[in-house]
Amino acid sequence: MSILVLAEHDNASLKSATLHAVTAAQKIGGDIHILVAGAGAQAAADAAAKVAGVSKVLLADDAIYGHALAENVAKLIVGLAPNYSHVLSAATVNGKNILPRAAALLDVQQISEISAVESADTFVRPTYAGNALTTVQSSDKIKLITVRATAFDAVAETGGSAAVEKIASAGDAGLSKFLGQEVQKTERPELTSARIVVSGGRGMQSGDNFKMLEEVADKLGAAVGASRAAVDAGFVPNDYQVGQTGKIVAPELYVAVGISGAIQHLAGMKDSKVIVAINKDEDAPIFQVADYGLVADLFTAVPELVKELNK
Amino acid sequence: MKVLVAVKRVIDANVKVRVKADGTGVETQNVKMSMNPFCEIATEEAVRLKEAGKVTEIVAVSLGNAQCAETIRTALAMGADRGIHVQTDVELQPLAVAKLLKAVVDKEQPGLVILGKQAIDDDANQTGQMLSALLGWPQATFASKLVLNDNNTANVTREVDGGLETIEVKTPFVMTTDLRLNEPRYASLPNIMKAKKKPIDALTPEQLGVDPTPRLKTLKVTEPPKRSAGIKVKSVAELVDKLKNEAKVI
Ligand SMILES: Cc1cc2nc3c(=O)[nH]c(=O)nc-3n(C[C@H](O)[C@H](O)[C@H](O)COP(=O)(O)OP(=O)(O)OC[C@H]3O[C@@H](n4cnc5c(N)ncnc54)[C@H](O)[C@@H]3O)c2cc1C
Ligand SMILES: Cc1cc2nc3c(=O)[nH]c(=O)nc-3n(C[C@H](O)[C@H](O)[C@H](O)COP(=O)(O)OP(=O)(O)OC[C@H]3O[C@@H](n4cnc5c(N)ncnc54)[C@H](O)[C@@H]3O)c2cc1C
Repeated sequence: MSILVLAEHDNASLKSATLHAVTAAQKIGGDIHILVAGAGAQAAADAAAKVAGVSKVLLADDAIYGHALAENVAKLIVGLAPNYSHVLSAATVNGKNILPRAAALLDVQQISEISAVESADTFVRPTYAGNALTTVQSSDKIKLITVRATAFDAVAETGGSAAVEKIASAGDAGLSKFLGQEVQKTERPELTSARIVVSGGRGMQSGDNFKMLEEVADKLGAAVGASRAAVDAGFVPNDYQVGQTGKIVAPELYVAVGISGAIQHLAGMKDSKVIVAINKDEDAPIFQVADYGLVADLFTAVPELVKELNK
Repeated sequence: MKVLVAVKRVIDANVKVRVKADGTGVETQNVKMSMNPFCEIATEEAVRLKEAGKVTEIVAVSLGNAQCAETIRTALAMGADRGIHVQTDVELQPLAVAKLLKAVVDKEQPGLVILGKQAIDDDANQTGQMLSALLGWPQATFASKLVLNDNNTANVTREVDGGLETIEVKTPFVMTTDLRLNEPRYASLPNIMKAKKKPIDALTPEQLGVDPTPRLKTLKVTEPPKRSAGIKVKSVAELVDKLKNEAKVI
């Protein structure tokens, strides 16, 4: 069996989500190849070649792959897939955008966001906002799978010495064009791979008040997250959203401030190792999953927390 | 331009879902069902396009058992013009839904199909991408803003991992909705009454020439391990002490 893993990268480097997908591939078992589709992506391919357990890197370097447009990347995957028993991707926005398109073209029913591998054709996936774990068996010849990164450890970034093979571009589907992006630059770690996440909810009352949380985050080397309510209210950008329909995180420490703990929010963070909740309502559902709960007004507790951490 | 919206009937987002004791699925008896929230957003967007004069007709499609007709009625009450109900009791997986929707699109020839980015029950997040693949159309997934241009293109802003991205797609295309695209309206009573008179056509997978047999077999459904509540601390100082010395995470 050979397994193809679609790399999540920014041309210059490999994103850690890929390392988790490689672990899932190892659990399935077989030769593991990484596909880097990008524009000027030699550096990302070289990084992929160093990943432990990878035997080959396929590099498709073409301007049309610069922004990972689904129509073009899916076309490339469809050409390669017949050589593989499984095609995997991390369940990032790119993975979720591209893989189902390739699956449909291959007449395969994709398996979304697996959290465990039972065998080469049987997988566990969370459904209903994580309230049910469904074990499914696929009868498709090639399996296309997205992987929930938080459910698999990252494989070592180094130790491998795979060959990088350049492959031909599959050509531009000519259906869509990248126009531009608004990406927030931050010195803080990425939300989905941070060791600590500090999140704020509607209780924060404004975007300005998030500065308090940023202070805490910077003290702890943490990423900042948010509930949907905080994003909808415009306190913080969309990519901060943690939850069923936002990002799934499982850090060592998750601090929820002014977040009630709706099931859709819990779905995105309840696998965190340690959960702290700060909420003024002692009956807030978030306390039912918190290891340490502090019933307090956040506007006094958070400044105190900053002071305490400065000690 | 005609718009097709796919609306799915799911367990209401506020219901605490329970796994059946025999591990075959989740409890659906006497459970409140609603239109998938992302499909409400899809319907709302179509209605706004019609109100803005950019769209002439909205067709709401749902696939599944007899009760899906209620979900279509909800879309009609929000402002869709007519419904199509593809009736089947077979468990529909995204590839089958996409094939059935493709057959409906082939008949209806819309310029735009709007779907939710994910259904909150099975959380698959596949159907829109699969449908556009089968049609050979562009896909604009996770949309938070749509602008239809005059030259048969559209600009769509998408919610991506690092923030927002804008792409240009040619029409016809498939779009899937993210949360911030719009805030769906509540149907007014007069509109609910009017919706009762709007037509719903019934079709079957056989009539559409599609075999909906599932490719994935559900072997079992289990409850995830429960997290239990920990302790309440009295002060910020105690919290920091616990995190440092007991949990050892900071
Ligand atoms: C289809 C769908 C998808 C969704 N997806 C997501 C998702 O991915 N992620 C997500 O988070 N939500 C999601 N939601 C929304 C979810 O249901 C909740 O509405 C949301 O999580 C609530 O956010 P919140 O806890 O910040 O706000 P609220 O529920 O309003 O809670 C605010 C909390 O702050 C506390 N508070 C207020 N003031 C203070 C103060 N001064 N000091 C201390 N505490 C204070 C209050 O006691 C309260 O508990 C989704 C909903 C739907 C229908
Ligand atoms: C344990 C379990 C048991 C199940 N049993 C059954 C069963 O017995 N019978 C059954 O019918 N389903 C059943 N389902 C649900 C079924 O598997 C899913 O509906 C299917 O896999 C589609 O996934 P999704 O809706 O999450 O797709 P997604 O790709 O997340 O859906 C995205 C969008 O596609 C559109 N869409 C999807 N489905 C439809 C639809 N039917 N009609 C209109 N638009 C649609 C909507 O616009 C939706 O927002 C079960 C699911 C689970 C977890």
